[in-house]
Amino acid sequence: MRRFLSFALLCFLLLGTTFTAQAQSTDAASSSTNDATALELLEALDVESYADKGDAITAILQSDDERARDWLQALLDGRLQRTEDGRFVLVLENRGRDWPVADVLTGEALGEMSRRDLERIGINNNLRNQLRSAIAVVDLYSPNVERRRTSAERLLGEVDGDLVPTLDDLIEQEEDEQVRYRLTQAVAIYRAEVGEMAGVEALDGSLHPRSRVALSRAANSDDPVVANAAAASLAGIEQQLKINRGLETLYFGLSLGSVLVLAAIGLAITFGVMGVINMAHGELMMLGAYTTWAMQQLLPGQPGLALILSIPAGFMVAALAGVAIERGVIQFLKGRPLETLLATFGISLILQQLVRTVISPLNRTVITPEWMSGSLVVNDALSLTLNRMYVLGFALVVFAGLMLIMRRTRLGLEVRAVTQNRAMARSMGIRATRVDIMTFALGSGVAGLAGVALSQLTNVGPNLGQNYIIDSFMVVVFGGVGNLWGTLVAGLSLGVINQVLEPWAGAVLAKIIVLVFIILFIQKRPRGLFPQKGRAAEG
Amino acid sequence: MSLTTESSTNFWLTRPFSERSTQIFLGVLLAALALVTLLHVAVPPDNPLHVGAYTVNLFGKYLSYALLAVAVDLVWGYLGILSLGHGAFFAIGGYAMGMYLMRQIGDRGTYGHPVLPDFMVFLNWDSLPWFWHGFDMAWLAFAMVLLAPGLLALVFGFLAFRSRVTGVYLSIITQALTFALMLAFFRNEMGFGGNNGLTDFREIVGFDLRSDATRLGLFLATGVALALGYILCRAIVTSKLGRVSVATRDAEARTRFLGYRVERFQLFVFVVSAMLAGLAGALYVPQVGIINPSEFSPIFSIEIVLWVALGGRATLYGAVIGAILVNYAKTIFTGVMPDAWLFALGAMFVLVTVFLPKGVAGLFGYLKRRKREEQTTDPDHQHTSKEASA
Repeated sequence: MRRFLSFALLCFLLLGTTFTAQAQSTDAASSSTNDATALELLEALDVESYADKGDAITAILQSDDERARDWLQALLDGRLQRTEDGRFVLVLENRGRDWPVADVLTGEALGEMSRRDLERIGINNNLRNQLRSAIAVVDLYSPNVERRRTSAERLLGEVDGDLVPTLDDLIEQEEDEQVRYRLTQAVAIYRAEVGEMAGVEALDGSLHPRSRVALSRAANSDDPVVANAAAASLAGIEQQLKINRGLETLYFGLSLGSVLVLAAIGLAITFGVMGVINMAHGELMMLGAYTTWAMQQLLPGQPGLALILSIPAGFMVAALAGVAIERGVIQFLKGRPLETLLATFGISLILQQLVRTVISPLNRTVITPEWMSGSLVVNDALSLTLNRMYVLGFALVVFAGLMLIMRRTRLGLEVRAVTQNRAMARSMGIRATRVDIMTFALGSGVAGLAGVALSQLTNVGPNLGQNYIIDSFMVVVFGGVGNLWGTLVAGLSLGVINQVLEPWAGAVLAKIIVLVFIILFIQKRPRGLFPQKGRAAEG
Repeated sequence: MSLTTESSTNFWLTRPFSERSTQIFLGVLLAALALVTLLHVAVPPDNPLHVGAYTVNLFGKYLSYALLAVAVDLVWGYLGILSLGHGAFFAIGGYAMGMYLMRQIGDRGTYGHPVLPDFMVFLNWDSLPWFWHGFDMAWLAFAMVLLAPGLLALVFGFLAFRSRVTGVYLSIITQALTFALMLAFFRNEMGFGGNNGLTDFREIVGFDLRSDATRLGLFLATGVALALGYILCRAIVTSKLGRVSVATRDAEARTRFLGYRVERFQLFVFVVSAMLAGLAGALYVPQVGIINPSEFSPIFSIEIVLWVALGGRATLYGAVIGAILVNYAKTIFTGVMPDAWLFALGAMFVLVTVFLPKGVAGLFGYLKRRKREEQTTDPDHQHTSKEASA
């Protein structure tokens, strides 16, 4: 278990560092022009000849200065002005007699200036047009790939006829595959919208919503050939979209399932292996989630590190609470499972109210670290949120770890022995009481881990545990008590079933259907999907 | 409800009257009902002994909870089935009564529609859903109070007992049942008023629900229903059928091997219990003036089990004591310091299960034994006293 945890930790750390490294390199590339060159570029604008001004604009475009876009926009709006002492300023608001201005180069506010002291850099209609198309594509000239990508993305569906020649040139020069693809797509969308066959052909198989808009317009085109081709493309795209939606549902289903598995697997140990019904299991998850919150309060500004540290911390907190519950209450209720249920329910009420009184009845905010937010874009119709993917991975790691403990360690062996025949195990020298404590601590600790993971997906509040306890019981019972594989299969499949039902039944009805399904399933197979066989089943 | 007509002729139904515990219970209950009525009606309002309409109403609520607790004790105490879903039967009975009361509003609702209840007008429905028809007739509505929960218990129990789902598994699927119903009743599309439930009741069989006299009447009716329900349960557990149930509780497989069709006994007792719970719900709703899906919440159902555990399982009168004690404590706590209530409730769960497995009723038995032992403190007589108590 420890080894597995540290492995997982290492993975997280590695991922974290690569992401930050990338972010830094982007930062370094972005401010490549210094203020002296920038000033030169701006000086070139303040000339009489409009032709020279045009050249100056092109120069600014190719300079890859971060601020180029703002300058050109200001120029277009007539807000790029020069003071009497030759400084370039940005007029923030040109109303009244005195205008608030800011330095163009530094962006620093310079207070208010009389309009008489300012001189506007004039432009004519020709330049205005040039500026408009230039601003649309300004970032496309940037040597920074990320910015070219974002800019190309923005162009989809926004292209007009004037821009097409410029874009065609850019496509030829472009080196980055992705930017070129987007630009071609943008041009194709324009062409399809005006009813050109080339555009329709180029858009075939594209899943972007704008492509579909363009194609459906082309499908109404007067030219029957274009219209037919567009309609055929659209049909193909719909098919593709259906597949992608299916994949998305599957992903969300697996993600929900992984949460269920995390919540249920600790329960599967205490309930399945020890026969103890721990209604406070949800509150142990809540403790794990609050540990994450507390960690982030202790380490402000480092949510990622805090999250990683709260994995062992959440485990320990919940495990200690579990030991306290076992020693304080459960050991007195051996062999009376229904009474255990009531007592632990009481504990769950106390823990909930404790959190409400000591911390707050309101939800706490747990920050999602940068490397966990965002999503993995597979194609235009399918993007997978990263935090869910991490939780899915985490659930599988925890499951594998538990499996190893149960199958390969001394503790696992003893637990299985005590489960099958307590008296015999004791006479073989196994300290059954110690095994009880360890098992309960393990199950509770896993609940804490589930809480840490859940803090990344849902609100952290006093009711967090309550929302999951019934679902977790359903998963354990559906999978078959005392069978960890059963819990995994049951959790994932219930998650997927829920998500598949949701689009046509709605979230609540889907849940009701799943519950009724489980109730009926238990009638058919009272011992769950994977019933225990042999001697273990007799207990 | 129908048992009054046949009570005097049937032997098994009259047997409880010869029991000491039933006599005491009925005596105390009737005395309490008479006392409250007397203090409410005969004592002038400015006298400190006067029992106000609010208190009468509150006692009426406790009594309906007590009937619910008796129903749970019947299945948990004498059949060994820990139902974590009895709140569902209670709520369904309550909804049946609520539907009747809704129809009694008639055109006096906020929207003044002659047939449709307010919430349906609000949802732009133009006709009653099929299951709302007939609920303007008292006899049908009152029959549904028993039949609807009974039918649900029959179907659920038939499936569960036939496939021998027992113990913890049964507890968990009863919990799933009430949870699923709660989610379902929260939906507006179900036609039961969604989140807000049914409320704004005006009158019941012609009596104004807001008048003190009706409240007293409902209180007395609940008391009588509790007495009758108690007698019925007592009659069941003292009959041969009851003995088979207890045998099932203690050793299900052995009872089956002896030739009893265990699932039939289980089903019968379970359905009777569900109907009693439905009756309790129906008496509860006019007294609190609202029924909403929160009555289906799994926590409420677990709380009922706590009443029984605290009072003492498998005694029936213990369930009544537990329900009244816990709910009285709840009224006090939520009034004085609301934050402490969940602590107190949680502590009760833990302390009762660990230190008081037989509940308050078990405490009575313990004190009785102690008293008997004290009477024979003379060491020479210890031998005989042990024999007597055994």
